[in-house]
Amino acid sequence: MSEILVFFTQTNILEFKLPELKTLAKLSSVPLTLNENSHDKKNPFLVLDLQSEDDAKRLMKRTVLMRSMYELWASAKTHDDLYSQLAKCPHHLKAQYVQRPDGTFRVKVDAFGKKLQDPDRQDRLDKILGILPFEGKVKLNNPDQSFHLLELYGQAGSKTPDKPLRVYFGRWLMDGQRDQIRHYHLQKRQYIGNTSMDSCLSLLMANQAMVTENALVCDPFVGTGSLLVAAAGCGAYVTGTDIDYNVLHGKGKSSRYNQIWKGPDENIRSNLRQYGLEHCYLDVMQADFSKCIWREQPLFDAIITDPPYGIRESTRKIGSDKNNLVNHEHLQNHVPSCTKYGLTDIFRDLLNFAAKFLKKGGKLVYWLPVYTPEYTVDNIPQHPCLELVANSEQPLSVHVSRRLITMRKHLDYEEARESELQATVSDDHYTESFRYRYFHSAGVPEQKAKADARDEQDPLDRERKVQS
Amino acid sequence: MKLLTHNMLTSKFMKGVVKGYPLGIVASEVKEVAVDYNPDFVCRMIPKLEWGSLCSAADSIGKLGDLPKELPENIESNQDFLKKVHHLLMEVEVISGNLICPETGRKFPINNGIPNMLLNEDEV
Ligand SMILES: C[S@@+](CC[C@H](N)C(=O)[O-])C[C@H]1O[C@@H](n2cnc3c(N)ncnc32)[C@H](O)[C@@H]1O
Repeated sequence: MSEILVFFTQTNILEFKLPELKTLAKLSSVPLTLNENSHDKKNPFLVLDLQSEDDAKRLMKRTVLMRSMYELWASAKTHDDLYSQLAKCPHHLKAQYVQRPDGTFRVKVDAFGKKLQDPDRQDRLDKILGILPFEGKVKLNNPDQSFHLLELYGQAGSKTPDKPLRVYFGRWLMDGQRDQIRHYHLQKRQYIGNTSMDSCLSLLMANQAMVTENALVCDPFVGTGSLLVAAAGCGAYVTGTDIDYNVLHGKGKSSRYNQIWKGPDENIRSNLRQYGLEHCYLDVMQADFSKCIWREQPLFDAIITDPPYGIRESTRKIGSDKNNLVNHEHLQNHVPSCTKYGLTDIFRDLLNFAAKFLKKGGKLVYWLPVYTPEYTVDNIPQHPCLELVANSEQPLSVHVSRRLITMRKHLDYEEARESELQATVSDDHYTESFRYRYFHSAGVPEQKAKADARDEQDPLDRERKVQS
Repeated sequence: MKLLTHNMLTSKFMKGVVKGYPLGIVASEVKEVAVDYNPDFVCRMIPKLEWGSLCSAADSIGKLGDLPKELPENIESNQDFLKKVHHLLMEVEVISGNLICPETGRKFPINNGIPNMLLNEDEV
């Protein structure tokens, strides 16, 4: 057994940390016991009991939310306590890492929630080197072993206390996959749209869906394919559908600031090609999700998607209230008119789709927009064949957030029991007034909120554009 | 559109259509692209295929070659066979043409390799 210290990245998706950790433990068959209730989600540190260093490293292979892992040597409320623990450091650790004249090392001091002054840093370094007289050579860049004193002073924003809440000392083992986030960053992406999913969240979704090599993954609301890029990055073969011709064919207006029209190579396939993943591209098709185009069978290992919220981009399906007949001679150029596709229906269709088309054990991972003052777990759609695995909130503004839902297909779908095996929602979150409240609470004045709700313009979208 | 995808598609979503499978293919442009051979993936896909439909689809665009009409046994160790299936599923692409509903004759156009499975408002 070894005690491992996890240092998480600072994000606005704190609730996602433990679900990701649990998923990665399953994915890499690392035995993990977590006392979830005792962990304050705002605490960037977590201590785990793992069987080996190797297990720790396996957990880090795909993580986007864990920044680093350390072999924990000591942990205490005060520095003095910590130092006296280090003085009693076990022999085998000393022999392996301290009494090593042949090796290189460094000791780093970092504080969270407080800016340390250089003299403080030096003082701590001197103390540590006094207790642990490392015999190797100091090397700041890429040493054989890196040791860290990590001091936690509470959350940013609150008044900084003089004394730390907790101090840790450990040997660095491995960093997470922050370079993957950079590698797939949207800023460098060949083809993006207004609702492209950022690379960290896309990778996180692929992790939640436990996407692995040779899996078959589908995004039924594929857009610019950001989720497929992440899935293909995990070695999956990918396919998807979208109702919008321009999105799939890379035609029409560009979402980039300095560009009016989309260029010739702006499509999902070239996004995959950009990362050397074109061999994972199967197909994308123009289709309306309310009309299922797939031959019924447990086909997909995972379904990951960001459905249209009817807020950022219109939710629609093909149909018409009028009885306008289309002349089939002119079909080629006909753009079918659309009717509203309500959020409740979209999510119900999504769960029914997942129940039929996921392999048993396969995962459905999707985003659910919510108006936080009225949200309850009863708003989460359910299906007899699907069990809820995780439900984590990403706050977007004071009253608006979206929740990442992970479901697992645990029961086979049987056509004969179709009438029982249907998705249900015990408490519908998306009543008529949802749109109004959603806009209104996103900090938009009432008049404007009503207009936005009518025009289906997302206030958060504007916010995002300014940020990016 | 790859033949792997074609094998998974139906037009059952249309009003009055019972099975909608397999969709006919009338291709005006077919391309062959090189895709890394991955026997594990091919082996995973084979049980999900309707073998007969793959054969007839391949035949209808002139790519059947000497593919056996019946799925042979012990495919895992038959690299020769797996390579052929890989080629058909992953490397043959219909760039333009139509998919055709076997029951109604409704055409679903394929442009730039992307099938359009949308119906019109008077069809739903
Ligand atoms: C939130 S966006 C997905 C963005 C995508 N994750 C990306 O990375 O670009 C939702 C997509 O759903 C599509 N959509 C809307 N209604 C649809 C429907 N009825 N069937 C299929 N796709 C639809 C929209 O065209 C849009 O591209």
